[in-house]
Amino acid sequence: MSMEPIVTVAREKAKVKNAAWSDTGKDHFLSSLEKFRSGMNGQWSGLRRDAASRVRELGFPTSKHEEWKYTNLLPVLTTAFHINTDISDVTAADIRSLLPTGKDTELLVFVNGVFHETLSTLNTGKEVIAGNLAAFHTSENVNRHLSRYAPVSTEPFVALNTAFLSDGAFIYIPEEKRYDRPLHILHLNDGRKMPSMSHPRNLIVAGKGVSANITESYHSLGTHTSFTNVVTEVILSENASLELTRVQTENRLSSHISFTEVRMDRDTQFRTNTITLDGNFVRNNLHIVMDGTNGSAILNGLYIADKNQVIDNHTLVDHASPNCFSKELYKGILDDKAQGVFNGKIFVRQDAQKTNAYQSNKNILLSNDAVINTKPQLEIFADDVKCSHGATAGQLDEEALFYLRSRGIGLEEARVFLNIAFAAEVIRSVSNESLREYLMRIAKMKLRKEI
Amino acid sequence: MKTPILEIRNLQTGVEGKQILNGLSLSVNAGEVHAIMGPNGSGKSTLASVLAGKAEYEVTGGDVKFFGESLLEMSPEDRARKGLFLAFQYPVEIPGVSNANFLKTAVNEIRKSKGLQPMDSKEFLLFMKEKMKIVEMDKNMTQRSVNEGFSGGEKKRNEVFQMAMLEPQLGILDETDSGLDIDALRIVANGVNALRGPERSFLVITHYQRLLDYIVPDYVHVLYKGRIVRSGGKELALELEEKGYDWIRNETENVKV
Repeated sequence: MSMEPIVTVAREKAKVKNAAWSDTGKDHFLSSLEKFRSGMNGQWSGLRRDAASRVRELGFPTSKHEEWKYTNLLPVLTTAFHINTDISDVTAADIRSLLPTGKDTELLVFVNGVFHETLSTLNTGKEVIAGNLAAFHTSENVNRHLSRYAPVSTEPFVALNTAFLSDGAFIYIPEEKRYDRPLHILHLNDGRKMPSMSHPRNLIVAGKGVSANITESYHSLGTHTSFTNVVTEVILSENASLELTRVQTENRLSSHISFTEVRMDRDTQFRTNTITLDGNFVRNNLHIVMDGTNGSAILNGLYIADKNQVIDNHTLVDHASPNCFSKELYKGILDDKAQGVFNGKIFVRQDAQKTNAYQSNKNILLSNDAVINTKPQLEIFADDVKCSHGATAGQLDEEALFYLRSRGIGLEEARVFLNIAFAAEVIRSVSNESLREYLMRIAKMKLRKEI
Repeated sequence: MKTPILEIRNLQTGVEGKQILNGLSLSVNAGEVHAIMGPNGSGKSTLASVLAGKAEYEVTGGDVKFFGESLLEMSPEDRARKGLFLAFQYPVEIPGVSNANFLKTAVNEIRKSKGLQPMDSKEFLLFMKEKMKIVEMDKNMTQRSVNEGFSGGEKKRNEVFQMAMLEPQLGILDETDSGLDIDALRIVANGVNALRGPERSFLVITHYQRLLDYIVPDYVHVLYKGRIVRSGGKELALELEEKGYDWIRNETENVKV
């Protein structure tokens, strides 16, 4: 079933309201693209060319744009990032320090968007594929799905990613395979030598009845700024079940824009955890289309930010079929001058009767200067539905703080206790135990200002 | 003469501009159990909160020494580390923090302040198991979030359990008997009695004499309008029970001070 895109960033409108769009950054990205393209193989040249012309037509949104109004893109658009494809500097030790996985995990490592084969420990059987996209560019599944779903014509950063399309993770699990080992896709942006950008592209295809657990994690190194602009497309066939966790622990010089497009067929279950523990600027777009009946989507998010961090989560759950269930919980802890943005849209189409959709965004503001801009948007066109949403912003409970202190626990540690208790509701929903423990540890470090 | 472990001198406090304690003085020596009784609004719970360091109470006069140091200068956590424990009248529920995890941190913070090595998980579990017997604690109560969904009785038992774990020198029980049925009262009182010893003192704050049948005090003080208006032995509690608080009201109002 094909659907009109819901998030409209239509250029037509923009022509009237020009202030929402600007050409800033376009020239730099397009000239980088020229250089980059000369080193590319022939695959996907059509996709790249079309996307590049879309970038040229669209430009980039300004803070006058409704979907980008709290988010200043200028630092990203005015930095002269390079694409550094020399990844020989990155060692196993670099990766090990970042690696939040257990021993049984299969690992795909990408550095600056380039596949690092020797650091990857994947072990692909005959049927299951977990490798890099470029190596499978002739695969039927890649051709059928790649760039079919992410809105390249309306979303400028999806267009930009597609214009630079070269590699990323490709995971394909055929029909009725239960894939027990967790798969981990690790993206590292290496800013040790120069300001570095990468545009990784991930494609995940789960066949009928498949069950799998996949993690994407994003990291950066070095004292130069870095920019990661990733697109992940996820296809769940009938009866498939997938848990997809995104971990973001890039450093304070990093900007990150992600677009995740998920297509759910009938009787599928999708659970996603988006956990942002570091990074200077992060914008996540999560777009889930429930294309078949009886789907279940659970969206969990956690962001912990301090100093001048900006963490922006835009989610859209598109109930396009009847009898589907979605439940969304995003929690944030913001300190100092950190800014959070939560924009959660639930769209219930006319045919999507018996929809159950719940959304909640809860925030703790630890300082007077911290800000959360939260905006739930429900658009309901069916009449037999149950939908709810809620948003809160508050401080730590003084009574609870006093109680902990009266037992000998110091003020700072008592704060960490209460913050962790708040965050744990989200972290607990990560089913991979070693990953959960890693997240708990990093969250505590973040709350103790050790990172 | 013994040096008191707690010495309250002419303590005056208020909250939001309203004076509650009007020059309260009290000395507690090691090993003694003092009961503080009084009608509603006399300042009993304020005394407990001020001693534990709750921020909203403003001390406008007087002084409190705890082991010779000025208590009012200390943060709540330092008071706890020096051996003061308040069993709350209304224990707070803290979802997401497990009782055991919370207590392990508290025990080790207190050990650290005394220059002791922290307990490892195994040691701690054994220690906890032993202390659980004191208040007939159920194992799953230690794994649940602090006080979350606990009944009134379970909350009070948890307070006494925490006191057993933290081994304070001074335990303050703030109306621990309120909301307890007779069985829960007995369990809680037995727990407190098991913790009595020559080095541990108690301040038992209560409205009713009933609790003092189980926790027999060495001294009873009557608090009225923010001051101790009468002190005596355990028989004073019985006299109060018989004559009611009006007796104190009449006596105090007639003798103009």
